[in-house]
Amino acid sequence: MAYKIIASQCTACSACEPECPNVAIQEKDGTFVIIAKKCTECIGYFDDPQCAAVCPVENTCVIDNGYPRYQAA
Amino acid sequence: MQDQAAANNGTVHEIQPLDALMQKIAEHKGCGSSGGAGKASCGSAAGQGDLPPEVWEKVKNHPCYSEEAHHHYARMHVAVAPACNIQCNYCNRKYDCANESRPGVVSEKLTPEQAARKVVAVASAIPQMTVLGIAGPGDPLANPEKTFRTFELVAREAPDIKLCLSTNGLALPDHVETIKRFNVDHVTITINVVDPEVGQHIYPWIFYRHKRYTGREAARILSERQLQGLEMLTAAGILCKVNSVMIPGVNDRHLVEVNRAVKSRGAFLHNIMPLISAPEHGTVFGLNGQRGPTAQELKALQDQCEGEMNMMRHCRQCRADAVGLLGEDRSAEFSTEKVMAMEVSYDAAARKAYQERVEQDRQEKVAAREAELAQPGADFGDIKILAAVATKGGGRINEHFGHAGEFQIYEVSAAGTKFIGHRRVDHYCQGGYGEEDTLDTVIRAINDCVAVFVAKIGACPKDSLKAAGIDPVDGYAHEFIEQSVIAYFKEYVEKVRRGEIAHIDKGDADIRQGAYIAA
Ligand code: SF4
Ligand code: SF4
Repeated sequence: MAYKIIASQCTACSACEPECPNVAIQEKDGTFVIIAKKCTECIGYFDDPQCAAVCPVENTCVIDNGYPRYQAA
Repeated sequence: MQDQAAANNGTVHEIQPLDALMQKIAEHKGCGSSGGAGKASCGSAAGQGDLPPEVWEKVKNHPCYSEEAHHHYARMHVAVAPACNIQCNYCNRKYDCANESRPGVVSEKLTPEQAARKVVAVASAIPQMTVLGIAGPGDPLANPEKTFRTFELVAREAPDIKLCLSTNGLALPDHVETIKRFNVDHVTITINVVDPEVGQHIYPWIFYRHKRYTGREAARILSERQLQGLEMLTAAGILCKVNSVMIPGVNDRHLVEVNRAVKSRGAFLHNIMPLISAPEHGTVFGLNGQRGPTAQELKALQDQCEGEMNMMRHCRQCRADAVGLLGEDRSAEFSTEKVMAMEVSYDAAARKAYQERVEQDRQEKVAAREAELAQPGADFGDIKILAAVATKGGGRINEHFGHAGEFQIYEVSAAGTKFIGHRRVDHYCQGGYGEEDTLDTVIRAINDCVAVFVAKIGACPKDSLKAAGIDPVDGYAHEFIEQSVIAYFKEYVEKVRRGEIAHIDKGDADIRQGAYIAA
C-alpha cells in the first residue's frame, strides 16, 4: 500500500510536500498528489507517515488500498 | 423612516445596560456578519508611551505599531507561506483567519518572485507603503525557503522597505539566526497561553520534529518554543511584539499571566485582540458557539495589562494580504496578473520626498493638540468620556458618517486624549437595502461613546444617534482629531457643571465579527 491524497479535500497548502522523505508528493492541477510508486509509507524513515501527520485536513492523506503493500527491502 | 427609527430606538434602549448587552451577545453567540458592530481593540498609546527611545525610533513610522503612524503609512502582506505546522481552534485554514491577520489558503498564493514584484509595484504607486509583512496563509517559518527568498528579493530592489513576519513560534528558535541575517525589523509571535492546561483547549495538535503531538503535550512544546524564541530574539536585539487572542472562558483570565511572561522576556508590545468567531468560519470555536469578548471586556483586560507594559490598541486585525491605507483597500489594482504586466520603476527619491512631507504634517498635528490642551480654563475634574471619530486618515475628522467603515475611539479626560481602538461597522450608506439595520449595528458599535465626530451626517441618522444618547458632532469637520475632541470635551464638562446635561455611564459596545478587508 501507498498513501494517497483525497483531491477534493486537499487545500493545496503544500505542507506535506517538503516533509516526504521520498519526494513522492507533487503539485498537480491545483492540488497535491502522491506518486504511489515512490511512497514507502515513510517506513525506514519515520514512525508516522509524514504527509498524514502534517496535513491540516483530517483523513485527506490516507492509505491507498488499490496499491500493493510496500515491502521494505 | 421615522417609524423605523423609533423601532430601532427600542432596541437601542434595550442594549444600553451592560448586562442586557451581554445577554444579547450570549443569545447570538458567534454572531456572523449580521451581528455585532464594532471592533474595539488594541493600541499603543498612540505615542511613545514608556518605550525606550531606541525602540520608539524603530516603530514610530510603523503602521502596525503606532496608531498615529497608521494615518500616514501603510504596510502590505504577501501570501507566500501556505503551509502550517500547528492547528488552532479559531482557524480553519481554508479561509481568511481574522484572528491572526492571515489570508486563507483560498486567497491568491504567490511565488517569492511574484510577491517581490508585487511589493515593488505597490511601493512605487503608494509611497506610504513602508512595511512588508509575511504572515501566512500558514506559518512563515513553516515555509522558510519561500519566506526568506521573498525577503531577499525585496531587500535587493527596495532596500528602504522594512521587513516583518508573524509566526506561531513553533519553528522560531531554529530561524532566529536567519531572521537576524535578513535584517528583519520586527517579529510578531502569537502567544495565547503559557500554561499547557489552558493551551490544550486552543491547540488540538502540532507537528514538530516529524511527529504529530496532541493535547497538553502539544501545548507544552509550543509554549516552550514560543518563549525560547522570544528570548532568543531579545538576545539578538530584534524587536518582538506578542499577539494574543482573547477567548472568553478559555484564556481571558490567563492572559494577565501571559502578559507578565512575555514582558519579562523582552517583548516590547503586547497586542490583545478579540476572538473573532462565527459558525460560517467553520472553525472549532465558530461551530461550538465560543463567543468573542465585548468591547468593554477587551478594554478592561487591556487596561489591566497596561500597567505592566505597552499595550497595543489600534490593531484592526486587517486581512494580511490587503493593500492600502486606513480602511481603503486597493488590492484589486495589484492582482498578480496586473502586477506581472506592469512597467515598474522603483522611485526611491519620490518616496523619500513624500515621507518628509508626512513628517511635517505630523508635527503640525502634535503642535495643534498641545496648544488646545495648554489653553486655560481646563479644569476637567475626573470626568472621562469616549468619543467616536470618522476619519479617512491624516489625523483629521474627514469622513462622512455614512461612509465610515470604522470609527476610531478616543478616551478623553483631564489627562488628555488616549486612543482606545477601532470599531468596525458596515457602511451605513450602502444604498437602500438594510440601512436601518446597519444604523442599529453602528449605534451598538459606538454605544459606549458620548459623541461621534464626523465630517458630515444626514438628518435621519442624526436623530437616531441622539435618541441613543450619542451626540452627532459635525462642527469640527476636517479639523485635527485630538484637538477637536479636547475642545468638545471642555464644552461638555462645562455643560455638566452648569447642569445642562447629565454625565452618565454609557455601557458596553459590540465587536463586529468577520474578517476586515482593508489594510
Ligand atoms: S507516507 Fe511518507 S513516503 Fe508516502 S507520501 Fe506520505 S510522506 Fe511520502
Ligand atoms: S498537507 Fe494536506 S491539504 Fe496540504 S497540500 Fe498536502 S494533502 Fe493537501
